[in-house]
Amino acid sequence: MSRTPRPKTKLVPQPTTNYLPERDADKRPILETRHLGIDFGGLSAVSDFNVAVGPTEIAGLIGPNGAGKTTIFNLLTNVYKPTRGTILLDGIDTAGKSTTEVNRMGIARTFQNIRLFRQLSVLDNVLIALNNETRYSALSAILRLPEYWRRERIARDRAMELLSIFDMQPLADQPAGSLPYGAQRRLEIVRALATNPSLLLLDEPAAGMNPSETSELMDNIVKIRDTFQIAIMLIEHDMNLVMGICEVIGVLNFGRIIAKGTSDDIQSNPLVIEAYLGKKKEG
Amino acid sequence: MSLFFSQFLNGLQTGSVYALVALGYSMVYGIILLLNFAHGDIIMVGAYAAFYSMTAFHLHPLLSVVLAVAASTLLGVVIEKVAYTPLRQAPRLSLLITAIGVSFLLENGAQLLFGSETKSMSPIVTGNVSLGSMSISKVALLTIAVTVAAMAILTFLVQRTKLGKAMRAVSEDMGAAQLMGISLNKTISFTFAVGSALAGIGSVLYLCAYTQASPTMGSMLGLKAFVAAVLGGIGSIPGAMIGGFAIGLLEALCSAVNLSVWKDGVVFAILILVLLVKPTGIMGRSQAEKV
Amino acid sequence: MKQTNTSIRIPMPVRYLINAALIVLLWFILSSLMRSGAITNYWTGIIIMIGINIILAVSLNVATGYLGQLPLGHAGFMAVGAYAGGIFMRAVPVQEFLRAGNAGASVPYILIALLISALTAGIFGLIIGIPALRLRGDYLAIITLGFGEIIRVVLTNIDSVLGFDFTFGSAGLKRIPKYSSFTLVFICVVLTCFIIHTVMKSRHGRAILSIRENEIASESVGVNTTYYKTFAFVLSAMLAGVAGCLYAGYIGSLYPSTFKFMKSIEILVMVVLGGMGSMLGSVLSATVLTVLPELLRSVADYRMVAYSLALVIMMIFRPKGLMGSYDFSLSHLLEKGLCAVRLLFGRKSSEKKGESRE
Repeated sequence: MSRTPRPKTKLVPQPTTNYLPERDADKRPILETRHLGIDFGGLSAVSDFNVAVGPTEIAGLIGPNGAGKTTIFNLLTNVYKPTRGTILLDGIDTAGKSTTEVNRMGIARTFQNIRLFRQLSVLDNVLIALNNETRYSALSAILRLPEYWRRERIARDRAMELLSIFDMQPLADQPAGSLPYGAQRRLEIVRALATNPSLLLLDEPAAGMNPSETSELMDNIVKIRDTFQIAIMLIEHDMNLVMGICEVIGVLNFGRIIAKGTSDDIQSNPLVIEAYLGKKKEG
Repeated sequence: MSLFFSQFLNGLQTGSVYALVALGYSMVYGIILLLNFAHGDIIMVGAYAAFYSMTAFHLHPLLSVVLAVAASTLLGVVIEKVAYTPLRQAPRLSLLITAIGVSFLLENGAQLLFGSETKSMSPIVTGNVSLGSMSISKVALLTIAVTVAAMAILTFLVQRTKLGKAMRAVSEDMGAAQLMGISLNKTISFTFAVGSALAGIGSVLYLCAYTQASPTMGSMLGLKAFVAAVLGGIGSIPGAMIGGFAIGLLEALCSAVNLSVWKDGVVFAILILVLLVKPTGIMGRSQAEKV
Repeated sequence: MKQTNTSIRIPMPVRYLINAALIVLLWFILSSLMRSGAITNYWTGIIIMIGINIILAVSLNVATGYLGQLPLGHAGFMAVGAYAGGIFMRAVPVQEFLRAGNAGASVPYILIALLISALTAGIFGLIIGIPALRLRGDYLAIITLGFGEIIRVVLTNIDSVLGFDFTFGSAGLKRIPKYSSFTLVFICVVLTCFIIHTVMKSRHGRAILSIRENEIASESVGVNTTYYKTFAFVLSAMLAGVAGCLYAGYIGSLYPSTFKFMKSIEILVMVVLGGMGSMLGSVLSATVLTVLPELLRSVADYRMVAYSLALVIMMIFRPKGLMGSYDFSLSHLLEKGLCAVRLLFGRKSSEKKGESRE
């Protein structure tokens, strides 16, 4: 399992090629990737992936199936180690960090194929994500010292507060696996938020939701960004959602960014239309 | 030099039995991800079958061999049908405990039927072949020859026949294989049958070498063979062969340098070291989990 | 504190008091029955073995049921604890104290022995756990299996390397003072269960469970999975060491062959049969599986066959074990009882408490 670590690079201010929304224009990006790429057995799954996401921006990543969108999330969270390129989170290189460390540095995510702690209660799912904030030793847990009770109460209140984003408090004692599909997706978002991220990655948050649930989710994503003042990057096939709330959209095809810009830019871009609908036959 | 050579041959001989048994472990693991603990005890049943058909019924050794192999094969398939098939959807640990239960059952059943004492018989194959200045026991030569032949047949079976292809397909992806019209039940039963038949051959070779059978003979032998399968890379057929011979030679080496009391420890220590360096064993493939 | 109409919560200190009182009561009943002779010495011995097996099963349950790994070398940790405790107790003058009937004087030595056993087993757990836990699934099982076998080989042959008598090889470590009284084992069982319960109902326990549920998700929310895997594994090993120490003090002589691979499997069977991740299940099945062979003595020839048949049939028809992952809580039972009482007198009591009924 020994891989040579990627060389660590310091942040050198560079003009970003990205469109940052008005309010983020003078800030430095929370996430920046440079020439990011990964090969699977000689096959390049992602290559030359460059983005910059502003500190309170909602960014969308779209593209046909198999374009490498989820792979990019796996690269950003160091589930996969990149073959090439650099990931800078708030200017700090994440090379050589474990997934756990990357989360502590501020990237939280949800999963396309939901990964909840299914047999545990909804509350426990959130409490686990609060693990790093809930500091007490195993000894004070065994002896049930006042510290244990205090920290547990704080964590519990915090978890309930987070669950209230989606009005999920009444479900707190249910096993997470028994929730309806949409609620499971929402719980994953709550769990990710509980780790106090500065960048939230949502992998197809609206998958399996009906139109009314989706529109509610759209409001909630914006609400989350506004309350927590964090950046959100999402992968989604639902174009209404992407075009509706993403301030910047990247289109991925065959592991490469083929277009970047606002929803208007994307919708009129001939390359994007080609990627989705195929090339128009000549003559 | 001649001591070295005879130990080398010894190693190959024990290794042959390990390899034959390891194949059964490996094939079953490759197909349903089960550590089939009962596999070691199938050898024991095969050995008793050969033993009784020769001593009690005075059958010709070759016929006894056929009987032993048939008994092992039948037993393997019956175990699969009765104990493992109902648990195909169950948690893997439950399947494992079932295998342990079957192993207990066979050992204790054998104790009840055949008595707990070790049964000895006169050697079947005797004599030596002289090769230059050295003499080699016929048993050792026979064991190695039979094992190599069995492996050649197995390789042909797995690589060339339709059932062999089905086996490889199921171990690659059970769901996809089913969609291609491969019968899961048939393929799994076939795997158990082949694995158990090899164990049957192993049991006869064991009987030739040590001329005794006991109800618990399968447990340590099975454990070693299992280690061989893991060492070679569990799920891999050439791996099981290599692993079996490697363990046999390792044990012979321990005996050669007067460390035979430590040999079990050495075998397991080597296993741990190999797994730490290459977790999938010598010939194993790694599988990445999809996120 | 939110309270819905249909549930009653007994406040925490009261819960602990109720449980503590019941445990003391159980101890009192059992020990007075033993003193009066209603429980014969033979059965006292079996009860002590039940206690030791309970500790083994619940400690393995930490690694298997809660962490979701499959260690097959639990007997190895038990052996380490047993030999560490046994060797220490032979070296100190406990034998004389016990013979003189001065059990009180041996208490500090017993505590030290338990501590030594737990620590030694824990260190071995750490040594084997750090590399083994990097591997997933069955490979951990195989490495721990290998470890268990190596321990046995080392215990058998170490004297010839050291050049003096240390473990006495396969001849056995004999004349260990028999310090494992019923009360000692009882206290150890209660403490073990209490420690496991409190750890599991804390942030540490939740982190351990999250690894079982979904390791990738666990990493993605910042749980240090390597740390918690090692933590659970070492805890499991330490408690197995304690069980080993008690075993040494009960049986009086130790042989490496006791701690064969089959011993590990026996413990695993207890855990799986009881239901993975259920402490009550482990306790029950450890009890049943210790008593069952004794009860089957009348059909001695068939008892092991019956035992193994029961195991297979049980697994085919109840693959999740006796209790599934259900865990018993006395307080919950009491709460449910109180709820039933309140339902009977529903209107009155809820009006008294001034809760609104909608």
